[in-house]
Amino acid sequence: MTTNATAGTSGLMPYEAAMATYEPVLGMETHIELGTATKMFCGCPTGFGAPPNSQVCPVCLGLPGSLPVTNRAAIEGIMKIGLALNCTIVEWCRFARKNYFYPDMPKNFQISQYDEPLCVDGYLDVAVDGTTYRIEIERVHMEEDTGKSLHVGGSGRIHGADYSLVDYNRAGIPLVEIVTKPIVGTRDNGPQVARAYVTELRELVRALDVSDVRMEEGSLRCDVNVSLMPLGSAEWGTRTETKNVNSLRSVERAVRHEIQRQAAVLAAGGKIVQETRHFHEETGATTSGRSKEEAQDYRYFPEPDLVPLAPERDWVERLRATLPELPAARRARVRAEWGLSDKELQDVVNAGALDLIEQTVAAGAEPAAARKWWMNELSRRATEQGVELVALPITPAAVARIQEMVAAGELNDKLARQVFEGVLAGEGTPDAVVAARGLKIVSDAGELEAIVDQVIAGNPDAAAKVRGGKVAAAGALVGAVMKATRGQADAARARQLILDKLSG
Amino acid sequence: MTMSITRDEVAHLARLARLALGEDELDHLAAQLDVIISAVARVQEVTAEDIPPTSHALPLTNVFRPDEVRPCLTPEQALSGAPAAEEQRFRVPRILEDPS
Amino acid sequence: MSRERDPDLVRRTAAELAELMAAGEASAVEVAEAHLDRIATVDGAVKAFLHVDRELVLEQARRIDARRAAGERLGPLAGVPIAHKDVFTTADMPTTCGSKILEGWRPPYDATVTARLRAAGLVILGKTNMDEFAMGSSTENSAFGPSRNPWDQSRVPGGSSGGSSAAVAAYEAPLSTGTDTGGSIRQPAAVTGIVGTKPTYGGSSRYGVVAFASSLDTPGPLARTVLDAALLHEAFSGHDPCDSTSIDAPVPPVVEAARRADVAGLRVGVVKELSGEGYQPGVLNRYREAVDVLESLGAKIAEVSCPHFAYALPAYYLIAPSECSSNLARFDAMRYGLRVGDDGNRSAADVMSLTRAEGFGPEVKRRIMLGTYALSSGYYDAYYGKAQQVRTLINRDFDAAFEQVDVLVSPTTPTTAFPIGERVDDPMAMYLADLCTIPSDLAGNAAISVPCGLADEDGLPVGLQIMAPVLADDRLYRVGAAVEAALHDRWGGPLLKEAPEL
Repeated sequence: MTTNATAGTSGLMPYEAAMATYEPVLGMETHIELGTATKMFCGCPTGFGAPPNSQVCPVCLGLPGSLPVTNRAAIEGIMKIGLALNCTIVEWCRFARKNYFYPDMPKNFQISQYDEPLCVDGYLDVAVDGTTYRIEIERVHMEEDTGKSLHVGGSGRIHGADYSLVDYNRAGIPLVEIVTKPIVGTRDNGPQVARAYVTELRELVRALDVSDVRMEEGSLRCDVNVSLMPLGSAEWGTRTETKNVNSLRSVERAVRHEIQRQAAVLAAGGKIVQETRHFHEETGATTSGRSKEEAQDYRYFPEPDLVPLAPERDWVERLRATLPELPAARRARVRAEWGLSDKELQDVVNAGALDLIEQTVAAGAEPAAARKWWMNELSRRATEQGVELVALPITPAAVARIQEMVAAGELNDKLARQVFEGVLAGEGTPDAVVAARGLKIVSDAGELEAIVDQVIAGNPDAAAKVRGGKVAAAGALVGAVMKATRGQADAARARQLILDKLSG
Repeated sequence: MTMSITRDEVAHLARLARLALGEDELDHLAAQLDVIISAVARVQEVTAEDIPPTSHALPLTNVFRPDEVRPCLTPEQALSGAPAAEEQRFRVPRILEDPS
Repeated sequence: MSRERDPDLVRRTAAELAELMAAGEASAVEVAEAHLDRIATVDGAVKAFLHVDRELVLEQARRIDARRAAGERLGPLAGVPIAHKDVFTTADMPTTCGSKILEGWRPPYDATVTARLRAAGLVILGKTNMDEFAMGSSTENSAFGPSRNPWDQSRVPGGSSGGSSAAVAAYEAPLSTGTDTGGSIRQPAAVTGIVGTKPTYGGSSRYGVVAFASSLDTPGPLARTVLDAALLHEAFSGHDPCDSTSIDAPVPPVVEAARRADVAGLRVGVVKELSGEGYQPGVLNRYREAVDVLESLGAKIAEVSCPHFAYALPAYYLIAPSECSSNLARFDAMRYGLRVGDDGNRSAADVMSLTRAEGFGPEVKRRIMLGTYALSSGYYDAYYGKAQQVRTLINRDFDAAFEQVDVLVSPTTPTTAFPIGERVDDPMAMYLADLCTIPSDLAGNAAISVPCGLADEDGLPVGLQIMAPVLADDRLYRVGAAVEAALHDRWGGPLLKEAPEL
């Protein structure tokens, strides 16, 4: 009797066991919606969240007679991505029609590129656990997005719905598709490499400022191809394509799940079906979608309504010259300038604090101090409020100003935290908060000395111990000084003053 | 004489092209397509490997428009021809298969 | 103020009507009413129009009169009525393309050509019948029944712009629009005894032209005289930023060329491959006489060989259906047009298939199937790919020919108008009607058909085709006007005078 290893999540091989037998080959297809003002082939705006069918025209609705005209900014956007991915920008290429019927596709063909992509043969280096993996890029091509369907009845999912409602606002938004070559040699790190690739790609595109690359809004979408081959084999297995894996964490989970699932199927003597699979966020599992048994025949042919693209070399070079410092180079620079370890830098990047810290440093703060505030105090508050660090209502300039007061001895850390609290609560600039809350440190030498004298007089026992050589007893006196100043004294100076007076 | 296209192929093409053709229509079309395909296959007589294909009537390249917003249709205009609409959206029959 | 309306207003050319109106001797409303009355009288027999809205027509005419009265400077065709092919979108009239699948569809936008007609002050009389989605040579593929040839109502007026040719030949309009993909302007013009031009591809905008074959479709004018065709050509042509394949260059000086009408010293090439076997003797007789006329006017005649033209027809019947199979995919019952079988249970895919099966006629289905086949995996290289190579060879033939001569000539179509019903279920016979016109569609250059007499056998009109290089559209009008003038002299007036009264 054979067991059906494909059924359910029970049909998974433990990851370590899978890795002891098989080697994964991965492939990533990533779609990025460009942040142009208008759509790929018409002048409709691209804003997210507009009322349904309010950002459409004859062109993106595919009305009879309408014709596409290419958005120059979209072509520049994809070429920037191609250049940043170390691709060659071809000298001549065409758009092609990909023909298939689907209700969210107004023309029942998608304008895409087929055998003549605009950008070819690039790479992106990603690091996992100190190992650098070079992910080779097969192609980067330009296409258009589809509309969005709302499924009514049943469970609200596509399957079992009674009917669907289609909104074409998204139809025609420029999409860049980035396809990797098969990724081999990742071994155990496959899932992390896949995640690191998408993370790095996201950082790269964000740095280029051509897309907001928000996975949760669908402006970055990922399909993950996975196949397994027996360790030591050179022959690749049948691959599956898991669609629309829509968070970084899901990328890693989907790859891991497919590896475990396929390993179980193969180990039981089964065969992997070449198919599209769906990833389920809740369970972390993939399920079978449409099987590619009846192979799709997209009947690609050159798009006759658009003329070929032939980017002049000086246009390409002008674009190359506009590329900003790319994330990898920036990280290397920052790590050196700030003296961080790989781990520390990674934490900063993961926290989304790199820009903020850099801007704070640019505003005059020491890198270590800037990092400390953002990574500790402010990260904690962001977590408490459930928002991204960048969404906190405080500017890097304000952080730099607070740090400036600390460095000048006008604030101690405790007071500084109260200033942060005030700024975040909307009480104004750091200086305004300091003034309004009366947070200036007690730095007037005479005033502090008077308080120290009072404290010594009021704590004769402790004073006697210090005089007798028990320096540790000074702590109690410092505490009393801080209490008397409501925390607004410089503790180190108070301590020095106490020791000076009692040793004399 | 061999047929240049079989009836099964014609039925497959009809599915690809989303045409629900009846049996009679398939028979009739298969015969006609066979004649037409035999005739148009003449293009294979004169072509050689080194002849570049022509996809466009004129050799234009690089036609772009600026990234500037133009007026849209109103939702009412957009939906004016819709066979069915609901919640300012196009209402379509249930979708059984997933997109490609 | 009342005035006797000139009973012959409908017989006037567009140029004459424009002059009358400019001189205040007729108003746009009078001209429009005359044509509306003519339509009311004869269109029951001719069936050129799919849609005429009398009040809408008069409203346009009144606006022109008011602008003229206000002293506004109007264009050279202001107030002239025009019949508009139903393939152009019109925001104030239905656009059906002769198809059941689009019956009653009202587009929310105007085609560029439509907008330019309006801007030029032309009065749009209505929408004309056509072969469904412009696929055909007879209008028999219209879902709304065929139009009739005014010369013989049992015969076709050509196609696909057959409603437009019939309307002009029947004096229902002095001008009409058409689109030419494989001959759909020139062939109907030829078989109804009028003038029709296919401009250089990209010389006139396709925006708002419901696509048949994108790399071939070219809007152009139909008229009773060469000058009228030139005036209309100039009125709606020129660069359109909404059409990526539109040429960003000035419109060639077509009106000036039509007025010049001089061929002395011009080199005219007779295309060897476009005559002989399969051509009706009466057609060849009139064609040869026209060539003699050109020679007598001082043109230098030379025979030119275009060896690959023989492969134009098969290449065309791969390229055009391939593009159409994709262009017509959008008619799927989801966003506009017919929807069939939506019983709440059937899937979108089923409703699409049922609707398309019911909404498209046999010829459209045939071409969609043929195109689907030619593009499908495993066949692309052998069919679509090869056809594109043939296109290159045809371009080269034209390039070589135009190094030797300034224009090429041939019959427009191998036969005169054929009887309605004769070729309906014989696609290959129907396709032969486009034998001579297709090469210029594939190469994208300019071509015109002008009347050159009546065939001996049947007394029906024959067309002379003149072909010019890309963007040399003016040469068509120079040659066409010269031939027209000489033949009018010989006939004692235009050919249409010989047509029977309706």
